[in-house]
Amino acid sequence: MATLIAKRLGLMLFTMVIVSLILFLLLDTNLAGDPAARVLGQFASADQKSLWLAQHGYNDPLMTRYFHWVSGFVQGDLGESNRYRAPVADILGPRLWNTAILGFWTFAIMIPLSLLFGILSGMCEGSKLDRTLSVISIVTTSVPEFASSVFFAAIFVFGLKWLPGTSGMAEGFDWVQMVLPVMVLVVYGFGYVARMTRASMAEVMTAQYIRTAILKGLPYKTVILRHALRNALIAPFTVIMLQINWLLSGVIVVEFFFAYKGFGALLLEASLNNDVALLEACAMVAVVVAVTTQTLADIGYTYLNPRIRFS
Amino acid sequence: MNTKNSQAPILECKDLCISYYTRAGEIPAVVDFSLTLFPGETVGIVGESGCGKSTVAMAIMQYMGANGGIKSGSITFKGQNMTHMSEEELRQIRGSEIAMIYQEPFASLNPSVKISTQLIEVPMAHEGISAKEAWQRALQVLKDVKLPDPERVMNAYPHQISGGQQQRVVIAMGLLSNPSLLLLDEPTTALDVTVEAGIVKLIADISKKYGTSQIYISHNLGLILETCDRVFVMYSGEVVEEGSIDSLFSRPRHPYTHGLFACIPLPTADKNAAPLRPIRGQLPLPHERPQGCYYGPRCDHFIAATCDGEHIMMAPVEGSAANHRVRCARWREIEHDRVIPEGIGEQPVAVGEYILEVDKLQKYYEVRDNSLKALLSGKRIRHIKANEELNFRARKGETVAIVGESGCGKSTFAKVLMGLETSTNGEIRHNGVEISEIAVRDRSNKQVSSLQMIFQNPFDTLNPSHTIGSQISRVISKFGGKTEKGKIREKVMNLLDIVKLPRDFYYRKPRQLSGGQKQRIGIARAFAGKPSMVIADEPVSALDVSVAAAVTELLMDIQREQKTTLLFISHDLSVVRYLSDRIVVMYLGQILERGSTEEIFSPPYHPYTEALLSAIPIADPKVTKREIVLEGNLPSVMNPPKGCPFCTRCPRHIGAICDNEVPPVQQVNGRHFIKCHISLDELAQVEEVIHVPSKAERQQTVHPTQ
Ligand SMILES: Nc1ncnc2c1ncn2[C@@H]1O[C@H](COP(=O)(O)OP(=O)(O)O)[C@@H](O)[C@H]1O
Ligand code: SF4
Ligand code: SF4
Ligand SMILES: [Mg+2]
Repeated sequence: MATLIAKRLGLMLFTMVIVSLILFLLLDTNLAGDPAARVLGQFASADQKSLWLAQHGYNDPLMTRYFHWVSGFVQGDLGESNRYRAPVADILGPRLWNTAILGFWTFAIMIPLSLLFGILSGMCEGSKLDRTLSVISIVTTSVPEFASSVFFAAIFVFGLKWLPGTSGMAEGFDWVQMVLPVMVLVVYGFGYVARMTRASMAEVMTAQYIRTAILKGLPYKTVILRHALRNALIAPFTVIMLQINWLLSGVIVVEFFFAYKGFGALLLEASLNNDVALLEACAMVAVVVAVTTQTLADIGYTYLNPRIRFS
Repeated sequence: MNTKNSQAPILECKDLCISYYTRAGEIPAVVDFSLTLFPGETVGIVGESGCGKSTVAMAIMQYMGANGGIKSGSITFKGQNMTHMSEEELRQIRGSEIAMIYQEPFASLNPSVKISTQLIEVPMAHEGISAKEAWQRALQVLKDVKLPDPERVMNAYPHQISGGQQQRVVIAMGLLSNPSLLLLDEPTTALDVTVEAGIVKLIADISKKYGTSQIYISHNLGLILETCDRVFVMYSGEVVEEGSIDSLFSRPRHPYTHGLFACIPLPTADKNAAPLRPIRGQLPLPHERPQGCYYGPRCDHFIAATCDGEHIMMAPVEGSAANHRVRCARWREIEHDRVIPEGIGEQPVAVGEYILEVDKLQKYYEVRDNSLKALLSGKRIRHIKANEELNFRARKGETVAIVGESGCGKSTFAKVLMGLETSTNGEIRHNGVEISEIAVRDRSNKQVSSLQMIFQNPFDTLNPSHTIGSQISRVISKFGGKTEKGKIREKVMNLLDIVKLPRDFYYRKPRQLSGGQKQRIGIARAFAGKPSMVIADEPVSALDVSVAAAVTELLMDIQREQKTTLLFISHDLSVVRYLSDRIVVMYLGQILERGSTEEIFSPPYHPYTEALLSAIPIADPKVTKREIVLEGNLPSVMNPPKGCPFCTRCPRHIGAICDNEVPPVQQVNGRHFIKCHISLDELAQVEEVIHVPSKAERQQTVHPTQ
């Protein structure tokens, strides 16, 4: 187990170094267009540009610049955003926090709901309940977020007038403004986890050890809770961890649509405005999240599965 | 029987009809099944796969899955009709009154729940006792099923113990609430022979000790003989014959029962004197059963009008004891007690020069140990000694069998021979050429074609998306030296004839073939390039008895014809005895004994050979066996004993010398060698394990299969 974790952490670090290198090469060098022009505008003179480049260290060797960038990054100096004219770290922090709140509520509702759906339909595969739940899962998952955003907004904002149409939270945190973004994300995301859980549960229910448990004369509740659930949850666990990555992309649309001040909206703004430092920071955050969840998924999988744990 | 009859039966199945409902319609899996079981009695159900054995067991449990159901008939358990019970009433009977033991112990234990939990929940659910009390009970039962170190087993997960131990755990689980009926569905099929012998003995002891009634399901007539009082022979969903072991085994009446006996090699027969006689044709699918007798199309005694008219009912065999019944319209007329006609036997093949010489062959696998302990001690790389010092020879036209239990290194040796692995040390000369270090891709076409292999699972080696014809053609164009399309095609057709498959199989895909047919294709492919030697790795052990008999006979015929050397790898000594000229007995990567078949089957024996012989189930009540049950498990190849590999289980263990010193290889005579510390003189004193009555003894009561 210890070796596994060490290995995974090593691999994680390696991935991050490679990705950061690629990011750096793409965004921060002259390879992708003219950085000076991006900052100073199309009409800056050549002298101005070369002065700017020299001032910002662009004439140093590539490796020196990369290490400079990375060491700043590690120490929390993420550079300066040229759109907000402020340190990236100051902007990124609160935005990440907002997205974390959004993500937390999405998961807090989505996971129990999808597991419940999945387990119920997997338990009685082929039944009416199973078919109903499956149809719901498939339909909701196949509607993209922007469509459901429009749809829910039409119902709850314009039709019923129950909820506000934007979630800018100008006057501080507001529960009511959270409802629509969370709803859109949950509706889009839960079907996938539910269907994975269903498949896993259905497979476990046909396993011979479930037959053994039933023919031992155990109460049905014990059969499900003790013998089926744990095995059935091994596969969905990985999926759930990977859903965090999905959430990162999902929030871009939703935050933009509802004007929620989170990480997704920030990422979108940064890329639309050629804000290199901000974009780099956002991308690195995404990478860290992706690699971490992957690692946690692997470790959790191993932990849940004694056959791997003890070999 | 008489004393038992005075008691009330514990279980009564009456005219049971069980069907599965699939998209293709209703499948009548079992029809008209009746069985009465008295307390303390063990009844066997025997038949080939798909004949409905498991379906009967599941019906008794009232657990038919989503698509199965009992159509008519009744199951009465201790006077209560089970077919009318509610789920809750059934739950109270399952596990406490009726317990079941399954074919695959590993699959039937929950991989992520500790064994202790899986055991104690049984009495806790049924008797409401405390966890502590249940724990004590579980520990006791684990001791009863002779598990060494029960505390460790309690705290283990299923994958941490061996297959034999897993089966003992499942048996313990069944016994925990002291049931009055135990259903055993092929409980030893997945186990090694010596482990199987131990489990069979355990099951027999249990029924004696606890007075548990048992229904023992098996496809192996020998096991049924060893475990049961009465036997039911099933064919295509119905019982075709039932009777006491004695009556049915000494005078089977139904042609199918007879066919089964003729398909298994008995210790009295060898391939030249009395070839196996496979049953022709195939088991009909449940919805394609013929009119009248289901066995009709395969029966040698079929007579139109008598056999294909009305459905045939079970009829008592008058004059026979113990309620012997048979479902055959002509049982009175058929004269089974015939000796095989003269001249049906084959001439032994004259053996020629040495085709294969193996000298001091070693194959070690390196494994990296990633445990913390290994990291700390620095011993990260360990060797698995899969083959340690193998020495033996095979001549042209000879059949040499390698026998041994799982993990003894049989398949590793085959891989080295085929060049799928290269040896660590030592030599293999094939036709005089050293090949042990040449990987298969570096071997010439000629070398590859002269050394071919037949696998246990033919399915894995056939490409599912190509026709049979194109797959054999490829082999021929590569190795057979033929290039013209027409010639190759002709050759493939020829091969199909040889393996007795219809020519239009040329155009079929592998999935359209049954197991036996696939194995025939495997044989055709192996023999396509006229090999001088063929290695067959458990070629028939996945097949049903009648199919296995046919495939075995086919293999023998082709080998005889082409004078190929056959290296037959198997764990089944009765088949090995039947078809091989020489036997090599392996254990934990070493050869413990080798010699001619005669020599292996008579004293002096190596103590391991002796145990192996005792483990062969023999379906002949006249043959007597000395019982040797091995205690303990096979040691791990990662960590073999220092001295004699067999020292941890050897019943003849003679002291510290066995544990500490590698035993010498002693030459008995000519080509017979035994690796043991006990002197040959002493080993020669040993009584024979299997006693086959002599001709004179036999003459008094004519055996039906003779
Ligand atoms: N769940 C099922 N659905 C449909 N057919 C089945 C099912 N289980 C078994 N059968 C069919 O019922 C017959 C008897 O099967 P089974 O009782 O498993 O035989 P055995 O145990 O003797 O090998 C076979 O023809 C098999 O194909
Ligand atoms: S009834 Fe006829 S076909 Fe059936 S087993 Fe008897 S003799 Fe053979
Ligand atoms: S050497 Fe000792 S342990 Fe090995 S087989 Fe002979 S008697 Fe048994
Ligand atoms: Mg079966």
